[in-house]
Amino acid sequence: MAKKKFIVGSFTDEAVLFPAVKKVRRAGYKLHDVFTPFPIHGLDKEMGLRDTSLHTAGFIYGITGTSTAVGFITWALTIDWAINFGGKPYFALPAWIPVTFELTVLFAAVGMVLTFCWLCQLAPFVKKDHFNPRSTDDTFVMALECTNATNEAEAQQFLQSIGATDVKVEVKETGWWLGSYANDKMRFEKN
Amino acid sequence: MSLLRYESQVRAPLVDGTKDYHQVTEDICRPVEAKPSRLWWTGFLISLGLLLFGIVSVTTEVIYGTGQWNLNRTIGWGWDITNFVWWVGIGHAGTLISAILLLFRQGWRTGVNRAAEAMTIFAVMCAGQFPVWHMGRVWNAFFVFPYPNSRGPLWVNFNSPLLWDVFAISTYFTVSLLFWYSGLIPDLATLRDRAKLKWRKAFYGAASFGWTGSTKHWQRHESLSLVLAGLSTPLVLSVHTIVSFDFATSVVPGWHTTIFPPYFVAGAIFSGFAMVQTLLVITRKVLALEDYITIEHIDVMNKVIVLTGSIVGIAYLTELFMAWYSAVDYEWFAFKENRLNLNSPYGWSYWLMMGCNVLSPQIFWFRKMRRNLFVTFFMSILVNIGMWFERFVIIVTSVYRDYLPSAWSTYYTPTIWEVGFYMGTFGLFFTCYFLFSKFFPVIAIAEIKHILKKNGENYKAKMTKEEEDTVTQFGEHHLHEH
Repeated sequence: MAKKKFIVGSFTDEAVLFPAVKKVRRAGYKLHDVFTPFPIHGLDKEMGLRDTSLHTAGFIYGITGTSTAVGFITWALTIDWAINFGGKPYFALPAWIPVTFELTVLFAAVGMVLTFCWLCQLAPFVKKDHFNPRSTDDTFVMALECTNATNEAEAQQFLQSIGATDVKVEVKETGWWLGSYANDKMRFEKN
Repeated sequence: MSLLRYESQVRAPLVDGTKDYHQVTEDICRPVEAKPSRLWWTGFLISLGLLLFGIVSVTTEVIYGTGQWNLNRTIGWGWDITNFVWWVGIGHAGTLISAILLLFRQGWRTGVNRAAEAMTIFAVMCAGQFPVWHMGRVWNAFFVFPYPNSRGPLWVNFNSPLLWDVFAISTYFTVSLLFWYSGLIPDLATLRDRAKLKWRKAFYGAASFGWTGSTKHWQRHESLSLVLAGLSTPLVLSVHTIVSFDFATSVVPGWHTTIFPPYFVAGAIFSGFAMVQTLLVITRKVLALEDYITIEHIDVMNKVIVLTGSIVGIAYLTELFMAWYSAVDYEWFAFKENRLNLNSPYGWSYWLMMGCNVLSPQIFWFRKMRRNLFVTFFMSILVNIGMWFERFVIIVTSVYRDYLPSAWSTYYTPTIWEVGFYMGTFGLFFTCYFLFSKFFPVIAIAEIKHILKKNGENYKAKMTKEEEDTVTQFGEHHLHEH
């Protein structure tokens, strides 16, 4: 696998992180990602990420569920084997609302979760590297990707100047891979 | 860090004590990483024992048939469906807290939502047992799904409320599970990155799906949570509505009522919150999480209990009034003779229900009572007894005397196997809850961190001296300054 070089810095306060992201982008560095222990509203905008279209996908899944339910029940109860239930019409749409609604919700929810896992490449037993294990605890970790134009020493100094601590250069394999966290050495000690 | 939201300093903090992000992680992960206590083992083993009793009871029923239960003509549903409706109702509070309160932007949900959602899932698992084992020939249970079969294919009846139930309950379980687990993933990643033991790394590594905390992933995660909350909100209302349709679409006096859907939903939330209180009053103490599940949380949930309890009370009275006002003899007889009449065979259960559900929660109008843990715990048990009897009253008192006095049934009491089955679901519920509280963080770590800097005690804006004064004190201090 291809290898990439990253310059990694840690932040402990989101009030420092926000202006830092702005400065990094203004200085023209390639921002790889910011890893945070909890969702920080507005950080995605600050990093210049576009809005997710996951909800649109959810809507499409929901519509699929609705039409599956209406289509299937109509076919089953009016064409395939029409049964007279107490003299009611074969095409009893009001009575099908509950099942149609449930299938709409079911399709939308299951579809969205699967899409979410696919987009973020999340699955059981997937192992990924996120530079600093404390980024799931209390640290906001910023990773800059080194390009040919990047001066490493300068970039490290720059990160320090905007408030990052623990700045270092790391070489990582790109992509994601299967593996086990169990084989890792103790990744950080409690302070 | 939504800066646009105004947080009044008059509101009590949602996280007590001096906390930073790391401290939050430590506090919530501590019970997961510590060895299980003697108390945990005791509770777990008792639950496991109950579960075994349930398994024996169900096995007996499967071998010898539903004749092992004391069901008769005309009481075909008895304890079994009473328990089903009761458990489904319990589940509703979890979804209410996690979904509806998310949409309403209620910060206090963060302390209790994880445990409440887990409760939902376990309660729905318990509920599902009853209709399934009631089928008798349970090996044919898959007949309820519309699959291509060799009988025609003969499709299921999509016009039947019992089939709607199949779809409602299975969808509810699936969506609740997805919602709960997608919220758990970041917290499991936290546990993974803290893990020292090999099996912990392997277990939480596999369970956390390779979560990294990337900003893009959080953005999608937020979108997912919001849409799932939006989907779960009508879903949870639909589930108990559909359960109430099992009764309301029939022509049995006492069941054939248009008020059933809203009345069932309010009752479900009522009983669900009571169960949340039962669990959390214990959990916060045993796991030392009083800083996160504060008296403030207990207070707010007790307010929900008095609100929904009163809604249920109004529903009871409306139902009673309509039975009389409808001028239908059968309807009025079901209410007057089968329920209101204390000397009738099941009259006691109606008044027990009234006492537990309508009168007793009124104690929560008093702030002192809402913030008293003993009262809260006692009341939560009382409410759950009351809500069980509500379902018992609806089912049994409506069917034990039908239109024809010659068909009036003998007095129905459950057999040991019916009781065993019910106890068994308690075993299932608490076994699951004990395992959950041992291996998963019972509080949403990431969500607590999200609100920490706004609602944490050491971050929150303090009230000024003037704001804390009473009116008289303020007058004394300031009025003579002119």
